[in-house]
Amino acid sequence: MIVSIASGKGGTGKTTVAVNLAALLGDVQFLDCDVEEPNAHIFLKPSIGKTDLATVLFPYFDKTKCVFCGKCSGACQYNAIAVLPANIAFFEHMCHGCGVCTYVCPEGAVTEREKEIGRILSGSAGKINFIGGRMNSGEILSAMLIKTMKELIDPSRTVLIDAPPGTSCQFVSAVHGSDYCILVSEPTPFGVNDFLLAAEALEKLKIPYGLVLNRADIGNDEIRDICARKNIRILMEIPFDMEIARLYSVGEMFLEKMPQYKEKFKAMFEIISEITKK
Amino acid sequence: MKQIVVISGKGGTGKTMLLSSFAALAKNKVLVDCDVDASNLHLMLDPKRLKKELFFGGKKAHINKNKCVSCGLCKKLCRYGAITEDLKIDEFLCEGCGFCKEACEYSAIEMKDNLSGEWYVSSSKYGPFVHARLRPAEESSGKLIARIKQEAKDIAIRDGLDYILADGPPGIGCPVMASLTGADTALIVTEPTLSGMHDMERATEITEHFKIPSKVVINKSDINPDNTKSIEAACEKKGIEVIGRIPFSESIVRSLVARTPPILGDSADIKQAICEIWEKIQ
Repeated sequence: MIVSIASGKGGTGKTTVAVNLAALLGDVQFLDCDVEEPNAHIFLKPSIGKTDLATVLFPYFDKTKCVFCGKCSGACQYNAIAVLPANIAFFEHMCHGCGVCTYVCPEGAVTEREKEIGRILSGSAGKINFIGGRMNSGEILSAMLIKTMKELIDPSRTVLIDAPPGTSCQFVSAVHGSDYCILVSEPTPFGVNDFLLAAEALEKLKIPYGLVLNRADIGNDEIRDICARKNIRILMEIPFDMEIARLYSVGEMFLEKMPQYKEKFKAMFEIISEITKK
Repeated sequence: MKQIVVISGKGGTGKTMLLSSFAALAKNKVLVDCDVDASNLHLMLDPKRLKKELFFGGKKAHINKNKCVSCGLCKKLCRYGAITEDLKIDEFLCEGCGFCKEACEYSAIEMKDNLSGEWYVSSSKYGPFVHARLRPAEESSGKLIARIKQEAKDIAIRDGLDYILADGPPGIGCPVMASLTGADTALIVTEPTLSGMHDMERATEITEHFKIPSKVVINKSDINPDNTKSIEAACEKKGIEVIGRIPFSESIVRSLVARTPPILGDSADIKQAICEIWEKIQ
């Protein structure tokens, strides 16, 4: 079973819910797919056994073979290649590594080389198998890094995916293929707005979802009214608590220090297991 | 004309709270929300829409089943895993690269324009406002950001404005880089948590990479004073000025719920802290 934890809005408590759930369940595979700003390792403190380079294939242009026909630049959808009468220019930061330029070149002038876009750290924290992605700064291909990470998923296990914020391509890469998605939000206008956007994206992707309402006692009841109206399940509510905030600030999982929340997390996971069984 | 972009690395640290307050404080400015997939600034500005434009960010492949002979070559070549076992396009994974179309010997694949969002020019009580909405689960947010930033710049030139104030997205990837292009100052909002500190570090790598002068604001600065000190020390080492500290305050939450910039809220301390930040960044 693959369960992703996402939010739309950043800073609502995705990682808090994800790492505490992982620690409670113990025997899970955990993927930190927020590859731009990964934080789960701060809390799970895994020992990293292996670091792999994540690479994509990028074109290399041999100017001695190139006849400047322009087929590659014609095929490239990202304007990453400019062909002049006697020269060719490649704009690396526009390239998505799709490979079409190599394929269409009739002269064999375009070959491919591996380019590092980030790293994938694998390790363990107790029984948790931890996989963390880390995109190199200045890179744009985070979706490719997430895709590479997800090839390491062991479908026989319970898999938790900590997703990046937002509702665009990286979010899609992270949650795609999940059996269930936990959306974490808060009862403020920002939280409501972004929760609805993420919910719309999940409906398009046909992934069932429910809401964890964090800092549930701040703000107003708008999000609860919307959930009641749209028949969206509220899986759990976590009140605002300075002690949770303090533990978060020092990188500790609050479930360990505040066991009164364990039953809530257990009940939430049972609900999700029931739903995904159907 | 000066362009100020608020970023954070980590989400939820207070970018929009701060930028909306600048909106209320600054004179002669245009506002732009560069967080196009989970935008929030409009919630604080109560905009009146003047103009709406559709945004076609890229193309998507479509397979014509009448021409397809099910040879599977497209599936083999696609690097995004966007062609399913039964040879259908998974529109959520398709990056619109056109490799499948080029390779198909039966001309069974065509590339069609994809409506990925829309953008707006609005008026607000704090001045002109350019914003956008990427459709959920769409891509090309970088291109959409570049488009609305250009529009904001055109407005600033046309009206002789002093500032472009931009609310940025979280992260450090393509949308953040598109937001930072052309910025005179990046204001990084962080919080004294290990996550906030870790993400600020990554955000400063980006501003250094693009050689954009940056300044730091520590929000909720009193939730962990030791971490606040560590952030100050780390910034000093990097030569980045910490221009403000905003304490945790329920007044800010009340302002956000009332959809008003916190600078107009009921806390004198918050007002003073934000005014000082605006003074220093001008």
